[in-house]
Amino acid sequence: MIEIEVNGERRQYAEKTNLAQLVTALGLQGKRVAVEVNLEIVPRSQYTQRLLVAGDRIEVVHAIGGG
Amino acid sequence: MSQQTPLQTPEDRPLEIAGKIYSSRLLVGTGKYCDLEETRQATEASGAEIVTIAIRRSNIGQDPEAPNLLDVLPPQCYTLLPNTAGCFTARDAVRTCHLARELLDGHDLVKLEVLADEKTLFPDIVETYVALQTLVEDGFKVMVYTNDDPIAAQRLEDMGAVAVMPLAAPIGSGLGIRNPYNILTIVENAGVPVIVDAGVGTASDAAVAMELGCAGVLMNTAIAAAARPVLMASAMGKAIAAGREAYLAGRMPRKRFASASSPLDGLFF
Repeated sequence: MIEIEVNGERRQYAEKTNLAQLVTALGLQGKRVAVEVNLEIVPRSQYTQRLLVAGDRIEVVHAIGGG
Repeated sequence: MSQQTPLQTPEDRPLEIAGKIYSSRLLVGTGKYCDLEETRQATEASGAEIVTIAIRRSNIGQDPEAPNLLDVLPPQCYTLLPNTAGCFTARDAVRTCHLARELLDGHDLVKLEVLADEKTLFPDIVETYVALQTLVEDGFKVMVYTNDDPIAAQRLEDMGAVAVMPLAAPIGSGLGIRNPYNILTIVENAGVPVIVDAGVGTASDAAVAMELGCAGVLMNTAIAAAARPVLMASAMGKAIAAGREAYLAGRMPRKRFASASSPLDGLFF
């Protein structure tokens, strides 16, 4: 298992989990989100290629109401 | 009878932002509503075509079937304007814009606001300049929230802002236009649309902004915090249209004393 941080929470995943699998595990597959890994945006098209590495800091964001 | 010089009336140009023409001059925020249905109804009643959104962390572990803002305000129906609300540094604002562009499939129109202070939410102009420069270099089309300061407004335009958005009063204050003469100077100097952003409280405030010659008004709290938001949204749409027409019509000059409306000729007493 590896430990990463998702939206400020520490979480554990199996080694070689990719970003697409993470998004699915979070219940966000098919949702309109944007993902940043260690401050770098990962385009949706690259989720399956991007493997999680221990210590990764991930932000998953979406649109909400705002002025 | 001496010939009267006709009043100068402004040219009626459509609202064009970053190459796109809009028929509504009211831009609305989508925060502070009690639920998404109220957001949808108020947005629809306002007639706005441009709506601001905020970018925040997804709620992990919540009901994945919960409705999403973009379900009620689909990007194919509205021009979404992601904001950088909550950012106090240029770095955070630039990061937010990049995430928004990824989120919205490359949509590059953004509202930049870099705040300086929690109490007033006045903009940090220096950080705003820094962020704007980076965003323009990165290919964004940037509408910029700023003070009612003609010098800053001009600088932002020179740096490549596609619209300059001076505040009427502090965000969410509802105080109306505190400095109409500065807004007027900003409008007179500007080559890009000037959109009053923040601080209007009711329909007459929005009309005043339009009568000053602003290209539009962006508001959120004035609608969302009204007792009946959907009705206020409708009122705001009318006020914006009325204020624009009054601006184009050219108001009469102010006079200190009366001028009878009924002719004096033909009096029979």
